[in-house]
Amino acid sequence: MTYQPHQRPVFDYERVADQDAKQPAHHPVVIVGGGLVGLTMAVDLVAKGVPVVVLEKGETVSEGSRSICQAKRTLEIWDRLGAGDPMVEKGITWNVGKVFHGERLLYQFDLLPETGHKMPAFVNLQQYYVEEYLLDRLHELGAAVRWQHALEKLEQHNDHVRLTVATPHGPYALTCDWLIACDGARSHVRRQLGLEFQGEVFEDKFLITDVHMKPDFPSERWFWFEPPFHDGQTALLHRQADDIWRIDLQMGWDADVEAEKDPARVVPRIRQMLGEDVEFDIDWISLYVFQCRTLEDYVHGRVIFAGDSAHQVSPFGARGGNGGVQDVDNLAWKLKLILDGTAPVRLLESYTEERLFAARENILNSTRATDFMTPKTATSRTVRDTTLAMAEAHPFARALVNPGRLSVPAHLTDSPLNTPDEDAFDSPFGPGSPATDAPVQVAGQDGWWLNQLGERFVVAVHEPPGDLPDEVETPAGPVAVIALGGGQPIADPDGHLTERYDLAPGTTYLFRPDQHIAARWRSFDDAKITGAVNRACALD
Amino acid sequence: MTLSTDSSKFTDPDAFYAALIDAIDTLGDDQAREFLAALALILANEIADRDVLSRAIEAAQSTVTARP
Repeated sequence: MTYQPHQRPVFDYERVADQDAKQPAHHPVVIVGGGLVGLTMAVDLVAKGVPVVVLEKGETVSEGSRSICQAKRTLEIWDRLGAGDPMVEKGITWNVGKVFHGERLLYQFDLLPETGHKMPAFVNLQQYYVEEYLLDRLHELGAAVRWQHALEKLEQHNDHVRLTVATPHGPYALTCDWLIACDGARSHVRRQLGLEFQGEVFEDKFLITDVHMKPDFPSERWFWFEPPFHDGQTALLHRQADDIWRIDLQMGWDADVEAEKDPARVVPRIRQMLGEDVEFDIDWISLYVFQCRTLEDYVHGRVIFAGDSAHQVSPFGARGGNGGVQDVDNLAWKLKLILDGTAPVRLLESYTEERLFAARENILNSTRATDFMTPKTATSRTVRDTTLAMAEAHPFARALVNPGRLSVPAHLTDSPLNTPDEDAFDSPFGPGSPATDAPVQVAGQDGWWLNQLGERFVVAVHEPPGDLPDEVETPAGPVAVIALGGGQPIADPDGHLTERYDLAPGTTYLFRPDQHIAARWRSFDDAKITGAVNRACALD
Repeated sequence: MTLSTDSSKFTDPDAFYAALIDAIDTLGDDQAREFLAALALILANEIADRDVLSRAIEAAQSTVTARP
C-alpha cells in the first residue's frame, strides 16, 4: 500500500462583522500568528475569560513536523489548559537516549524521572498535531482563529494599537489594548517596529528528513558524532507519532541548500543510514540554518512578543517551542490582571525580566551544544574529539560530551516578583521555581498536585495547627487557601509532596497563577501572604 | 589521594568546556598547543601527588595510543 501522509485540515476564510464596521472595532487582545505559541496564548487567555482575536495569514496548521519534542513543563502547561491528555496519548513517550561516535556507542542516558509525576519527561509529537489539538480546545472554549486574515500594518498609540488586516476581501482596520506578536522568527510585527534582533548566526546547515517506516528500532533518541553513514558532523534519529521518524543530518556550512533538498539526493543518504533492508517513504524534507538571537525587551508600548518572534535558539535541546509555551504561561495571567485593572501595567516588566532570563539560559545551552558539535579551530576539534574518545573508558568525560542539553524550565530565582525565604528549607524548589508535581488524593480520589494549582493564586498549608480561613483577602482579590496532609482535604498518600516541598506542620506555600512558587514560610501568616501577593502583582 | 576517572567531579561541566574552548579559539591554533601545555603543568602542580600524576599520564597516553 502506498504511504498516505497526514492530511492537514484546511480552514476556510470567513468574513467577520469587523470588516463591515464603520469605525474600527476594538478588542482587548489581538494575537498575531496562529501557530504553536499563538494558539497556546489564545487558549490560555480565552480560558481566563479574556476574548481574543487571532489573526493567521495561512489556512492550515504547521507544514511539516517542525517542533517535535514537547517537554514535561510544556505538557503541564497544556494540561492546565485542558489540552494535555491528547498530546500524551498521541505522542511517543521516550526516556532513553544513546550517543554514538562513529560506530561506537559512547554511552546512554535515561530521562525517566522519579516516579509520581503526571507528565513524562518528553513526548515526541509533530507540531501539526499539537496545533490541531490546541485548535480543538480553542473551539471547545467557543473561540476561533481568523484564517487568511494577515496583519499588514500597525500603529502604536499611547493606550492602544491600531492595525490594518489584509484579507481576500480587502483590508480592514482594528484597534486593541494589547497586541501579542506570536508570528515566529521572521516576525512581521518585529520588523514593522524596526526592532533589532541581536545574536549569533551559525553557518552550518541541517537537513531534516521525516520518513515513514516501521523498523525494529526502539523509541529512543539516537545521536551520532561523526556518523559512519554520512560525511557531516552529526546525525539524529528520533521517533514521532504515526511511524514517522525524524532524521537530522548536519551538512556543513558549504552545503548547497536547494541541491541537498532534492529527494534524489536525500534518499541515498537515508538508505546509507538505515541500511538496505529498511523500507521507507519520505514525508517531509527541510533544510535550515539557525541563529541564536533575542530582543532586549519583550514589551514595546502596547505590543508584546512571545515565542520565536522574541527569541530564537538552535534546535538542539528542544528549547524553541518549549520556551515559547513557557512565555505564554508567564504572560497570560499578568495580562489578565492588568486588563481587569487589578495589577498595574508595570507588572509586564517582570514578563521581560523573567522570560529574558529564561531565553538567555536557553540560548547559552543551545550555543554551547552547537559549539561542541562544530569546533571552530583545529585545536578545539582535537579537544572535542579527545573528549569523545575518552567518554567510553573514562566516564567523567561523558559530562563534557554535549549532544544538546534537553529543555528544562528556568528557575526564576532572581525574579522581582519573589518574596525571598526567611525560613530554612531543604528543597530545590524555592521562590521562582515552577511547582513540581506529586500524586495526591482529593476527597479520597486519586489526582495530581499540579491540577490543584493554576489560574489563581493558591496558598497551600501543610497540616495546619489551627483553623484556617477559606480565603485571604488581598488587594489583588481573594486568594484560595487549601490544607494538605493527614485528615485534610488534600492528602499526600505516598509522602512525595512532603518530601519534594520539605513540608512540616504549618508550612505554607504561595503559588502564582502560572504554578510558580511566589513565597514560602514555616507558618501561616495572612499579613505575609498579602505582602507576597502584592509583590507578585507589582502592587507593592 | 587516588586517580578516578569514573565519574564527573565538575559542578558545571558545560561552563568549564566553554571557557576552555573559548581560550583555545581566541588564541588560535598557533598558540593553543602551548596553552594546553601550560594548562597541564599548572593543573599538575595543583595535584602535586606523584602517584596520581603518573596514573593520569598513563590514562592520557592510553587514550591517545588506543585511538584508531
